Amino acid sequence: MRCSLSLLACMAVLAAPAAGMAQQPPRFNVGTPLSAEEIKGFDFMIGPEGQQLPVGRGNAKDGAVIFAKRCEVCHGKNGESGVLRRLVLGKPGQPFRGPFKAEHRDSVAYYPYATIAWDYINRAMPVPKPGTLTHDEVYSLTAFLLYRNGIVGETDIMDEKSLPKVEMPNRNGFVPAVPVYPPEPKPSWW
Amino acid sequence: MDSNPSGRRQFLKQTAALAGVAAGAGVSADWAARGQSVKADVTSKDAHHNELLRGTPSRRGVRMSVDHITYYTPLQDYNGIITPANLHFVQYHASHFPEIDAQQHRLTIHGLVDRPLSFSMDDLKGLPSVTRIHFLECHANSSPQIHHAGNQNMGLPVQYVHGMSSCSEWTGVPLSVLLNECGLKKEASWLVSEGADPGKFSHTLPLAKALDDVFVAYGQNGEPLRVEQGFPIRLFVPGWEAPFSVKYLRHIKVTDQPYHAWNESMNHSIPRDDLGGKARWYHYEMGPKSVITRPSGGMTIPRKGYVQITGLAWSGGGVISKVEVSTDGGKTWKDAKLATPVQSKAHTRFTFDWAWNGEEAVLMSRCTDERGEVQPTQAELYKHWGITGPDANKPARAIHTNMIQPWSVARDGSIKNAMFA
Repeated sequence: MRCSLSLLACMAVLAAPAAGMAQQPPRFNVGTPLSAEEIKGFDFMIGPEGQQLPVGRGNAKDGAVIFAKRCEVCHGKNGESGVLRRLVLGKPGQPFRGPFKAEHRDSVAYYPYATIAWDYINRAMPVPKPGTLTHDEVYSLTAFLLYRNGIVGETDIMDEKSLPKVEMPNRNGFVPAVPVYPPEPKPSWW
Repeated sequence: MDSNPSGRRQFLKQTAALAGVAAGAGVSADWAARGQSVKADVTSKDAHHNELLRGTPSRRGVRMSVDHITYYTPLQDYNGIITPANLHFVQYHASHFPEIDAQQHRLTIHGLVDRPLSFSMDDLKGLPSVTRIHFLECHANSSPQIHHAGNQNMGLPVQYVHGMSSCSEWTGVPLSVLLNECGLKKEASWLVSEGADPGKFSHTLPLAKALDDVFVAYGQNGEPLRVEQGFPIRLFVPGWEAPFSVKYLRHIKVTDQPYHAWNESMNHSIPRDDLGGKARWYHYEMGPKSVITRPSGGMTIPRKGYVQITGLAWSGGGVISKVEVSTDGGKTWKDAKLATPVQSKAHTRFTFDWAWNGEEAVLMSRCTDERGEVQPTQAELYKHWGITGPDANKPARAIHTNMIQPWSVARDGSIKNAMFA
């Protein structure tokens, strides 16, 4: 059935130019259709505006407890002194306002969107068992890091609605304002 | 004729021998010792991850830490343009490689498509394939900081300066074929790929490039992808900075905007003076670049007289049309010979016949690609970046570096990295 369908499709395409129809590359009818339910089971990537964020909530106070247990071993106390990346610039109530330099790249304050922290923690953390945090835990940890960077208050609730609205201090630190392709100016490798 | 497994063993033996060459011949014992000691970078907190890595044979040019595994290609030690698979560079953003069962692995394509689909390995291999020779280069390769006097790689051969560029023959199915199976919606303009590695490496790609020459690779130099190269499949994005070529490829989501995943915008962007202190968050192509690989830093020219200078040139913009060599620090240039056929977006081997008179010399190469773009000098590149004044001749924190590499030759024949000298 699938085989004959694909053959028909190929033949139809080959015939198309002669028939004056729009040219379409052949389809092979390979691959298994995915249901909406199946896609929900793996579609975890979050875009910058956060429309894809799942329901959940948490604040920095909850996040501090989880951070000490799951994250401190690599990132150090409050994300400031670990063997890995220094996640914090500025301090609670006093966000770092720039100028941002190369050495600031590891900090959450460098991110143009707060959703990036949520997405990365949710999919890639904690090592060595990524993907094991609940949504509430991810919201709490994101709130905690934003609080340590002076960007939100200690009891501010972060959820699927409030997190995308957080104003990041380096939001306008990237060019072009909206990524474009093909790029300007030339040459593109500058 | 060898059966497959023994053929593979033979190949492994050959490439192991090549790795052995890299370990000692032609360079000083000091270099070899320092190359080995790089592994000692590992901090005590890595104990757990070393556990995970136990059984991985010790290998020259490997650097491991909690969140990074790096292999450098020994550019100084091989000929031609094909990097053997086990010598291909690796810049991996997690602590251990994933073990994936190819029989179970699926590539899903969803988002702004008419028919979201899941592809098995048999599905992918059953579709029309392409085989192409292409370079792949980390956008941090050759960065100015690598040339810093305090850098432990200084004095080491070209491997540790430019060795995050490699070139292989890759086989796979064009992404355009897969996207056509799914049917693109009108508003589709970008896509985001996600890997199955522990760090879920993710990267955005403009749809126009995806439909041009991007493919989902399952073969390298005639064999299946190796684990370090993304087994069982990786995206391959010719000519563009390597993070676009997502390894362990598992999900592709077609979107109408870039996703600014942590790996791309954050970790891979650097604020620049010429951009008013802002960072460029999407670089695409790697620029025209060449480097003399033999003789190069850490080596010694044994005697006066004939020296074959050889090296590699490549450009994300297409075919290398010209390579010139200077032996007097850039005062005069002469055309080098290119090994043919010259492939687009691939390493291009060049050679140049030189008679060394025993005096001090500075060796450089400079390439031009088919669009007429010329590899810049350090001064020219810094001018583009807006780095002026006292910083103009110091190693800057920067990425996307393709400046001309000078090697200085002393009267005793010893060769040093002369960048920022």
